[in-house]
Amino acid sequence: MKPAPFQYAAPETVEESLALLRAFGEEGKVLAGGQSLVPLLNMRLARPSVLIDLNRVRELSYIRDEGMTVAIGAMTRQRAVELSGLVRERLPLLAEAVRYIGHPQIRNRGTIGGSLAHADPAAELPVVALVLGAQLVIRGPKGTRSLRPEEFFVSYLRTALEPEELLVEVRFPAHRAYGTAYLEVARRHGDYALVGVAAMVRMEGERCAEARLGFTGVGPVPVRLPEVEEAVAGRHLDDATLAEVGRIVADRLEPQSDIHASAAYRREVAGVLAGRALRLAAARFKGGEGG
Amino acid sequence: MVTRYFGEPIKRNEDPRLLTGRGTFVDDIRPPGLLHAALLRSPFAHARILSIRTEKARSLPGVVAVYTHADLPPVLQEPLPKLIPHPALVHHKTQYALAPEKVRHVGEPVAIVIAESRYIAEDAIDLIEVDYDPLPPVVDLEQAIQPGAPLVHEDIGTNVCAHYTQRVGNVEEAFAKATHVFTERFVIDRGTAAPMECRGVVAQWEPKMRQLTVWDSTQAPIPIRNGLARLFGLPQANVRVIAPDIGGGFGPKIMMFYPEEVLVPFAAMELQRPVKWIEDRLENFVAMNQEREQIHEAAIAVDGEGRILGVKTVFLYDAGAYIPYGLIVPIVASTTLPGPYKIPNYHCEFKAVFTNKTIVSPYRGAGRPHGVFVMERLMDRVARELNLDRAEVRRRNFIQPDEFPYDVGLIYQDNAPLIYDSGNYPACLDKALEMIGYDRWPSERERYRREGRSVGLGLACYVEGSGIGPYEGCRVTVEPSGKVYAATSVGTQGQGHFTSFAQIIADILSVPVEDVTITTGDSGAFGWGTGTFASRAAVVAGNAVALAAQAVREKALRVAATLLEARVEDLELRDGRVYVRGVPGRSLSLGEIAVAANPLRGTIPEEWEQPGLEATRYFAPPRGTFASGVHAAILEVDIHTGMIQILKYVVVHDCGRIINPMILDGQIRGGVAQGIGGAFYEKLVYDETGQLLTRTFMDYLIPTAMEIPEVEIAHVETPSPLNPLGVKGAGEAGVIPVPAVFASAIDDALAEFGVRITEMPLSPDRLLEIIRGARGRGGGASP
Repeated sequence: MKPAPFQYAAPETVEESLALLRAFGEEGKVLAGGQSLVPLLNMRLARPSVLIDLNRVRELSYIRDEGMTVAIGAMTRQRAVELSGLVRERLPLLAEAVRYIGHPQIRNRGTIGGSLAHADPAAELPVVALVLGAQLVIRGPKGTRSLRPEEFFVSYLRTALEPEELLVEVRFPAHRAYGTAYLEVARRHGDYALVGVAAMVRMEGERCAEARLGFTGVGPVPVRLPEVEEAVAGRHLDDATLAEVGRIVADRLEPQSDIHASAAYRREVAGVLAGRALRLAAARFKGGEGG
Repeated sequence: MVTRYFGEPIKRNEDPRLLTGRGTFVDDIRPPGLLHAALLRSPFAHARILSIRTEKARSLPGVVAVYTHADLPPVLQEPLPKLIPHPALVHHKTQYALAPEKVRHVGEPVAIVIAESRYIAEDAIDLIEVDYDPLPPVVDLEQAIQPGAPLVHEDIGTNVCAHYTQRVGNVEEAFAKATHVFTERFVIDRGTAAPMECRGVVAQWEPKMRQLTVWDSTQAPIPIRNGLARLFGLPQANVRVIAPDIGGGFGPKIMMFYPEEVLVPFAAMELQRPVKWIEDRLENFVAMNQEREQIHEAAIAVDGEGRILGVKTVFLYDAGAYIPYGLIVPIVASTTLPGPYKIPNYHCEFKAVFTNKTIVSPYRGAGRPHGVFVMERLMDRVARELNLDRAEVRRRNFIQPDEFPYDVGLIYQDNAPLIYDSGNYPACLDKALEMIGYDRWPSERERYRREGRSVGLGLACYVEGSGIGPYEGCRVTVEPSGKVYAATSVGTQGQGHFTSFAQIIADILSVPVEDVTITTGDSGAFGWGTGTFASRAAVVAGNAVALAAQAVREKALRVAATLLEARVEDLELRDGRVYVRGVPGRSLSLGEIAVAANPLRGTIPEEWEQPGLEATRYFAPPRGTFASGVHAAILEVDIHTGMIQILKYVVVHDCGRIINPMILDGQIRGGVAQGIGGAFYEKLVYDETGQLLTRTFMDYLIPTAMEIPEVEIAHVETPSPLNPLGVKGAGEAGVIPVPAVFASAIDDALAEFGVRITEMPLSPDRLLEIIRGARGRGGGASP
């Protein structure tokens, strides 16, 4: 488990990083927290010619209050997000979900941008970005562009990032008007979830006025199900509604089987979790918690 | 003897060193000029090797040597030595140092590269070109015995290497007469011990002295030393094997020889430079021996009151691609199965079967978990079918405290009759029931049901063979400083021997425990022994330690008698000094006696026998001693996700007299954690081509501290009459009944659905599938 030979570059600014990406293109690989890349290097499953280590790029590490938006620099550690009062207050869904990423040791190294750019559909951050309607800010030779998660996540471990581009920031709209919940079923604490659900609801009295539901681990990218969101709009979140949610979820999702869980298990449990998450998010909305 | 340390929970001598990073593990051994090895391993489960081209690898700068089978001396081209033969093992096939014309499992070594760094060695591995002709593999245990199945070893014409039956009484008659007979099929899948430290070997050859020194993360340094001396034609005195600090053994490190254990010393001798090989985790998953895979077809016959009339099991044992370690695991499974019960008629029969998977050899429990799973599942079945209380059914069948020694009627793994030496099974059960709150359980269970929660209580009883021979030895020396040094060759992989052995000696020699230094697992310090396995170190080495210390004590009194001009009967040893009773001024310290016993002039009186305060003693028990225990747990099942939560776990254990209760409880807790892994998390998944799909800790799930509950532990102490200390083994105590306990608890939690757990491990997916299946058969409404 020793990596194949590679060159190593440690830029200190975004400009230097972009210059290196331009110079090496597809030969280069960006190293953020290294929680996924380093094992791949050691197992020789990834063999970049050049490793561009972003860990000295201080300007990419920040959590910034911009009024209705919270901007987070790509190299911000997951642990910093977890401990941020601003995130807890404005983005309770992100604050809740980030605690499911691995263990504290992993979150001390892992970064927001690294996880999103790695684009594992079983991971927590992509689905949170999707449900919250985040903007992913990208810099490259042609300047800066911004993508929605639906555009950014292309397939399993694939994003719309070009080889010469760098994800520099994630912009989350604050969601104080909603109640939220993140639930997942993982084999062990800290594992990638077999299925995870991020829920966001706005209640009007006892009725659900608006709901968003996103799923991890059920396809090549994080998935939202508009059919479910429409089905619960205007409804009481009672047993009958949630049973219907479970049925629609199980019907619409097309997860894959792997050694940890079958597609049938993921479908069924996604439906169970969807109901539980909606109910929890609604209770939090009413309790003023996460709202 | 005034006991000051024996039985006390004193802190471990070794922990400050280990916890502050000052341990010496194999990878910490860095002789000057060290070279590094990496192995090319088979990517196929079954293939013919047509050709190997190593030129490119050899020409890579920094590569010192590349060896394939053809490059080895004849003695290393032969299959490696057979361990533990058995008359029933008719095809005792053992592994090769490097595969000759054929590979038989993924991970089998094909070539070894020696280079200036491990990085270069791995780069060179990539450059070796092997032409394989893939053969159809046999992966599934039951398919392997079908006619026409691919053959792992063509020359024997079958994949069955042993077929062995043991019988007590007449099972057919018992079953014919029984009121009830219940049959069941049980499946336990493969796992790996996953020690924190993988394997590793460093070898150094000093040509002028003709001295080979090997540091090896083995549980059995002396057999390794003896074997290497034989293979390389060296006197044993010229080979020193050291098992330094070891990050967990759990059984697989008792195996010998692993290919690397001969290849690394060979390369060091060839190249006349020290060579290191450290197994990485990717290698460990395919190259370290595995265990657990068995399929039992079992049956129990009982009378109308649930009394056992007979038990039968016929099972398959997956040996993997070779069977160097013989039939130990299936014999232990067969002989552990009867447990604490009187079984007048018993039939156990197994076939050991080759498959194209990694070799199987004992892993903590070594068949005991299987035997207990089968027996305890059958006992629960009897209770359920006869509508009897689970504890009561067990109680009715227990061997009683006054029935020892109890001859089970079988031959155990040490080839001695299976005779339980002592025990008190009812006391263990009563204590466990009290701790788990068994009396309150029916109302608790109702309360959970009203809350809509599926919560169950499980329990399991077991008897565990431990402390088998042949022997271990120890040399105890009082040094001129008065401090005590003791050497034994059993290796230590975390069991706390540096402390527990010191406790034994400190009491006997009446010295502070901090003044006793223990060396283990270094053939240069003590050259006789077998190793640490089968829960035997405390029993066999522990008693050798006691005997040696006792001999030193007697010698000290004899020498002091001469020096103090007193009779031995008038002397007493207290606080490290020998006093003449009633004459307070006349005394000598042990250090002073040690100096006097090793004079520079004069002579050694005949009654002193030898110079110094030193003695070597051996302990060779005729057969094993049998510990026992009862575990119980309360567990919740989320019937909508298949996830489980352990709410309570209790252990009552009886290993005779306890040397250090803190070390013992640690052993048990670690074992329970490993058992929880085997029940819910740890499963080696092979695909139909024999590829291991769980090759990292992302996919092979060992439980973390988050998954392990508090474990409450209590002890019953029934001393063993078979050894002076009265101790029994405890190394495997924690792990053995855990799958059986949880199966029992899940059955109880899901009783409304009629769920019967007959397999381990269980993933949430599999558990949900079982619940769905039971519901489909009409098992109850949603609780």
